[in-house]
Amino acid sequence: MDFPILSVILFVPLVGAILVLLIPRGKENWIRGLSVAVSLIPLVLALVIWFGVTDLGGSEMQYVEEAPWISTFNVWYRLGVDGISAPLVALTALLSTLSLFYSAYTIKVRVREYYFLFQLLQMGMFGVFLSLDFILFYVFWEIGLVPMFLLIGIWGGERRQYAAIKFFLYTLAGSVVMLLAILGVYFSTGTFDILEAARLQPFADNWPLAVLAFWGFFLGFAIKVPSFPFHTWLPDAHTEAPTAGSVILAGVLLKLGAYGLIRIALPLFPDVFHFYTFNVPVIPILAVISMVYGALVCMAQWDLKRLIAYSSVSHMGVVTLGISAAAASLGRGQELLNSAPFALNGATMQMFTHGIITGGLFFIVGIIYERAHTRDLQAFGGLGSKVPYYYGITLVTAFASLGLPGLCGFWSEFFVFRGTLRIIPLFAVIGAAAIVFTAGYILWKIVQYVFLGAFDEARWGKLTDMTWWEKATMWPLIAVMVGFGIYPAPILELFNSATTALLGKL
Amino acid sequence: MTVSQILGLSPQLVLLLAGLLVLALDLIWGEERKGWLPYVALLGLAGTLAATVALWGREEAFSEGVFVVDPFALFFQLVAVLATGLVILTSLGYFEGRTAYKGEFYSLLLFASLAITLMAAAVDLVMVYIAIELLSITSYVLTGFLRQDRKSNEAAIKYFLYGAAASAAMLYGMSFLYGVTGSTDLAQIAAALSSGELGSLSWVVVSAVVLLLAGFGFKVSAVPFHQWAPDVYEGAPTPFTAFLSVGSKAAGFAVMVRVFLTALPDFSVDWVALVAALSIVTMTLGNLVAIFQKNIKRMLAYSSIAQAGYILIGLVCWDPSQPVGEFGGISGVLFYLLAYLFTNLGAFAVVIAVERATGSNEISDYAGLMRRNPWLAVALLVFFLSLVGIPPTGGFLGKLLIFSAAIRLQYFALAIIGVINGVISLYYYFGVLQQAFFLPPKDETPIAASLSLRVALAVALVMTLGIAIFAQPFIRLALTSAAL
Repeated sequence: MDFPILSVILFVPLVGAILVLLIPRGKENWIRGLSVAVSLIPLVLALVIWFGVTDLGGSEMQYVEEAPWISTFNVWYRLGVDGISAPLVALTALLSTLSLFYSAYTIKVRVREYYFLFQLLQMGMFGVFLSLDFILFYVFWEIGLVPMFLLIGIWGGERRQYAAIKFFLYTLAGSVVMLLAILGVYFSTGTFDILEAARLQPFADNWPLAVLAFWGFFLGFAIKVPSFPFHTWLPDAHTEAPTAGSVILAGVLLKLGAYGLIRIALPLFPDVFHFYTFNVPVIPILAVISMVYGALVCMAQWDLKRLIAYSSVSHMGVVTLGISAAAASLGRGQELLNSAPFALNGATMQMFTHGIITGGLFFIVGIIYERAHTRDLQAFGGLGSKVPYYYGITLVTAFASLGLPGLCGFWSEFFVFRGTLRIIPLFAVIGAAAIVFTAGYILWKIVQYVFLGAFDEARWGKLTDMTWWEKATMWPLIAVMVGFGIYPAPILELFNSATTALLGKL
Repeated sequence: MTVSQILGLSPQLVLLLAGLLVLALDLIWGEERKGWLPYVALLGLAGTLAATVALWGREEAFSEGVFVVDPFALFFQLVAVLATGLVILTSLGYFEGRTAYKGEFYSLLLFASLAITLMAAAVDLVMVYIAIELLSITSYVLTGFLRQDRKSNEAAIKYFLYGAAASAAMLYGMSFLYGVTGSTDLAQIAAALSSGELGSLSWVVVSAVVLLLAGFGFKVSAVPFHQWAPDVYEGAPTPFTAFLSVGSKAAGFAVMVRVFLTALPDFSVDWVALVAALSIVTMTLGNLVAIFQKNIKRMLAYSSIAQAGYILIGLVCWDPSQPVGEFGGISGVLFYLLAYLFTNLGAFAVVIAVERATGSNEISDYAGLMRRNPWLAVALLVFFLSLVGIPPTGGFLGKLLIFSAAIRLQYFALAIIGVINGVISLYYYFGVLQQAFFLPPKDETPIAASLSLRVALAVALVMTLGIAIFAQPFIRLALTSAAL
């Protein structure tokens, strides 16, 4: 048997979490160091599988591991990665390592619990991206909820308890409905294997049940993405969570929902998905509302962190729009079908780039909040000359967020709109308005209110620029933004081979 | 009596002898040796367990067919022994300073455990009734065991009054069945009912079903026969509350499943509809009222009412065309009860530990539990996650089995109401977790748990997680035991 590389990625964080419990009292620096060191293992392995998957084309599942788990019910421990999940695993590993590293300098209370929970969360996230069995997928989907709930509730801001329970209740409500849909798929196809179920097409002869099951999945995923009108947990959770928690929430957890749409909802129910993106275009309407409404709310925010949180609603709407376009193209002729990979590549690319960019933005908010103890945009002004390094880093990240060519955010939005414009042009046109508003809140709200204008010497005279560890947290992200901004071909080709294969099976 | 009959009854006989032995030793032994009585009881349980295991896989009827040994009955013997054993572990030291009596608690508990094993094995209405009464009467006494405590007294009286009414109704229903069929044997009742000679008397059978449900519903604390539960749970000594919530409930389900499936399969349309309605109101009301509780024992009372509602879904999903199947509702019921046993006893073990340290059962006194004893807080978190049904816990798998049975039969409404209730329940469990994890303690002194409590907690915790992570043997067990 080959080296079980995916299992190692999956369970190394659990081992790390248990090791953290064994470290003697009073050695909190050991806990920090150990956790960061342990998290490097999945990071390295994630890069290994990324290159491995690239070599093999990325269109099929690689590194598959299988073992029966509950054989009576045909439940398997089944892992695998393809061109869609490999970059997301790497994203998870990178943001986790950076978060653990950043937290080493910012989390001062209940350190042991923090690192224990964070690594448990990391395992849950890996599990979702790696699982190829519905029950396993669901188990990991839920495992992540509990540590995140506690991370928000213990180390969060003023209204942390409210935000924590709201997060938990919303996501649980979505996932239990998804569980019923999973069971429905099982009784229709006789398997919990995600790929096999997609091949067998559940409820192919029973439209009402197919619709019911589809919406069961969609609700679970849409709450997680989150798509309007299920987004109201997000601003509270993201704003109240500790910095690293917000990074993981925005950077990875939202992608779980989008990943579910691509991996499960689209392949299992292409006809239903098509119906609700083209005949009755509910889903693209929700996507476009998320994009425009999210951006407009950002324009009205005075809390920097809340602004970034709402920007996620807007940017994740782009992902949903791209997936919708791919679904809407089905069965409408070869020409439109040729545009579908553009939309889907854009959507998957947007998942990755939004993770990197918004993760960075939340670190940036954390960095200023640690010093200023406020996130009120009206309190700042003119900081550009006082903290130039911070200004520079923020500018790159913010411009990546608004989709400036040369940075990675550009490519994902470009491809989504390139695909969508051919397939469902009306929504592409309306959605494009969001891009304008995004430029508006980034330039006007963030850049102008924080860095430009009059400088309040009395209040901010003692403000210090970024420390080395803050720079060390940000630089890998900046490198990815610029790297894939200038040369996106490797990641795009990987996504392309996987999405083309996925669309080819529909 | 032949040797084989004695062997078949051996678990019950061992329990009976152990109960009598504890009673006798309590009289003979001086004060200084009475501390050993619970260990004698545990020894008796170990003997029962050994006898149960020795009988494993057998299927026979005894004593003129009033009593059987079959996988279903043996499963509940296992449940009874495990529940009683864990309850004894949590009760060690609990009564110090609360009451002067020591031995009676353990002997009565063994008799209650005996009653559960009899309930699961009874196949004759008279035997069913006697077994239920044995459980009820021992329970009334155990509820009022803290004689100096007014709440304990009040609880016992309430329990007795409600219980007497419920068992009268049930007996009345049994008399209907006897009147219509001329037999008290469950299998013969079924045969008489399916012979087609019933004529215009089917309404009598339907009334009998309703009356029987009153009795069974009382034992499993299903709405509207649940009113006793909150007061009794609050007033009874906490280890016995734990026993009631797990052992008594499991026994109620055992009888309900046995009687409905063996005697009344031809009337399944009627009782399935009734049980479905009961299930919906039980889980919804239990969960909604639990939100407003300030006392953790009352909250767990309503939570256990809601749990009964979920388990009833499994009974609704009994599929006569495929009685023994992978996704049959009954195997779901059994697995759920097994998972619930460890989960709920574990939760009560935490309650007992906190009660012994702080003297309080108010939820607000759980503030800062994480700081005062992290193990208790983490254990409570796992148990509550299991009660909500979040993986990787036994409660999750139990719910999965129950809901999959519902989805298979396309009872979508029932499944959806069930999962929504799961989400609602998160809210009140969160109320306690919020205190335990998020709020600072009112009092910084650490909470210590006695060794026996720690053992009980460890068993409950390991099993709550283990039953889900290494699920296969437990699911097999539930499947084979579900064959009636």
